[in-house]
Amino acid sequence: MSTATQDIKIDVHHLTRVEGHGNIVVDVRKGKIEKCEWQVPEAPRFFEAMVRGRHYSEVARITSRICGICSVGHTLASLKATEAALGIHISEQTFKLRELLKHAENFDSHVLHVYFLAAPDLLGAPSVFPLVATHGEVVARALRLKRLGHEWGSLIGGRTTHPTRPVPGGFAALPTVKELQELKAKLEQAVPELEATLKTALALAPKFPAFDRPTEYIALSSDKGYALYDGEIQSCLPDGKKQRYAVADYKKVTNEYMTKLSTAKYCKNKLDSYAAGALARFNNNYDQLHPEAKKVAQALGMKPVCGNPYLNTAAQVVEIVHSYHDSLRLVNELLKAGIKDEKPAQPTKYATGAGGVEVPRGILFHEYSYDQDGMCTAGNCIIPTNQNHANIQRDFDKLVPELLAQNKSESEITLALEMLVRAYDPCISCSTHFLDVTFI
Amino acid sequence: MARPKAAFFDFTCCEGCQIEFTNYGDAAFLELIKHVDVVEFREAMSEKTTEPIDIAFIEGSFSREADRKRLEDIRKRAKIVIAYGQCAATAGINALKNHTKDYKEAVYGKDALMPHLDSQKALPISAAIKVDYNAFGCPVNKYEVLQIVSHLLHGKEPVIPTYPVCVECKRRETVCRYQEGDHCLGQTARAGCGAPCPADGIPCEACRGFVDGPNEAALEKALCSAGFSKSRAQEKSRMFAANQRRDAK
Repeated sequence: MSTATQDIKIDVHHLTRVEGHGNIVVDVRKGKIEKCEWQVPEAPRFFEAMVRGRHYSEVARITSRICGICSVGHTLASLKATEAALGIHISEQTFKLRELLKHAENFDSHVLHVYFLAAPDLLGAPSVFPLVATHGEVVARALRLKRLGHEWGSLIGGRTTHPTRPVPGGFAALPTVKELQELKAKLEQAVPELEATLKTALALAPKFPAFDRPTEYIALSSDKGYALYDGEIQSCLPDGKKQRYAVADYKKVTNEYMTKLSTAKYCKNKLDSYAAGALARFNNNYDQLHPEAKKVAQALGMKPVCGNPYLNTAAQVVEIVHSYHDSLRLVNELLKAGIKDEKPAQPTKYATGAGGVEVPRGILFHEYSYDQDGMCTAGNCIIPTNQNHANIQRDFDKLVPELLAQNKSESEITLALEMLVRAYDPCISCSTHFLDVTFI
Repeated sequence: MARPKAAFFDFTCCEGCQIEFTNYGDAAFLELIKHVDVVEFREAMSEKTTEPIDIAFIEGSFSREADRKRLEDIRKRAKIVIAYGQCAATAGINALKNHTKDYKEAVYGKDALMPHLDSQKALPISAAIKVDYNAFGCPVNKYEVLQIVSHLLHGKEPVIPTYPVCVECKRRETVCRYQEGDHCLGQTARAGCGAPCPADGIPCEACRGFVDGPNEAALEKALCSAGFSKSRAQEKSRMFAANQRRDAK
């Protein structure tokens, strides 16, 4: 029987090799698509209810626990929102250390995703564990790079899963000059590992599926450089047309709405859906990538505006190289200036404020209100995976008919859809904590 | 125990404790998997099993009645169940909503009654199934996890600290936060982390929960002595120890 008239039933319950719980359900009867859904059944956790009544010094500690993979980003977004609400102004040293910490998280998380979550599909393996026997050196390299990201982030943040040192106004503890010199040496020693990573990526690049559905791409953007820790919101349309918005106006961009398919809300701005993540950053801010990262993009055959969502993983490889080189610059600047023993800056008011950072999976917003005692009265967090759910669904809507027209089998379609979701590197437990709290 | 079959399962949590498993570096990780056969680990593997397993690491809290059956199925298949991380051991931060009634409305507004948003009190997995050992911490201490596994491999009982964080601060000669004019929960917090936070000048938030039988009244008195209002002193330990407090719901 040809696929054009066949019945296809895909029911991937709790998709593997992604953070959190998602289901893929496709029902095709006699070639007609009855159902084609990306579902998010993650248990909701109600973080915005948890922060009410907590002191400002505790809020980032609580919202960090939204996600174990991007807890550095949640901590930083939370601190930025609290600092905006409390009129706290951080020093240049704090700004640079936070940029360095943000790079560590993106490097660490991208290594995890590229090597452990995405690469097994391209190598035809169910996970990284069988690869220990067949590709032992690649796995060992992945573990070494993961460890590097972990040690680099831990030096600045205290630890990488739920960092302890970043606090409102700065850092509770600072790295010493000697520790920064050791980090610099470790980074420099990793050059061959990065080159090998690029070689592996180039060998696997032809295996990325061909698919094109340009969409709206939303990312932070800044005139000062490739935005990760700080910037304004920027939209990039498929024709390359860009528009900026203030972070405080984030709700005008995210426009959340509830759907029956998901415990996480959907988002849309100018088009029916939009994408956040490495590819969205690449498409918005390509010109500001480090020259070495641009070379990697060219070698991978990527240029903006890239409309193939599968290449989000390739954009992560580009960003691994960017974060590596930009971090070396930051470490050198910090070493040149010397580490000053600064105490965290203090509040100057108690009001409402929003903060945005780029976590590995895309743009993240936190917003809080505080009373005169510094206690939190309301909170709101809008997570990148949540901003991607609608876009994943629209990709499904275009991809499944294309695969059916190509007479792909049920197992081929299943793999293509699983790989598509994995390419977004979703962080689903993150994405189920939203809401529209009414701000007083 | 000869090369036990181990599996990781996740419930209501952030999956950060699973991430800690990837932070050992190549030497320790590759050595570990020589001694332990990882047969299921959804966050990192597509392989699944319905076979009996020797050690089940269960991450996350029990917060939906719908999850009870999955927990019971894991218990039936597993010789040893380890509550992996604070969410599984005591419900940790998830229990911070337990004392409120309007958490659904606060987060989802008019959509709160949609059936798929159903969620009850956050409870430890021991509220649904028998747990053999707890790996405390938010996140777990990855070296303590190695030690627990090593003890099990050698047929020994894992040693889980029952003393407070203050002991570890004394041991590493950290000046007490109260001496610095700050506050801290170390007096009633379960040790095992090595007390890195007070050493960094950060008050302990008790992310490993309370010790057994904590003196909450004395803790509140100490917090008031550090300048806390009475209500803030009473609320402070709810962050990670909500289910272990005397007013636990």
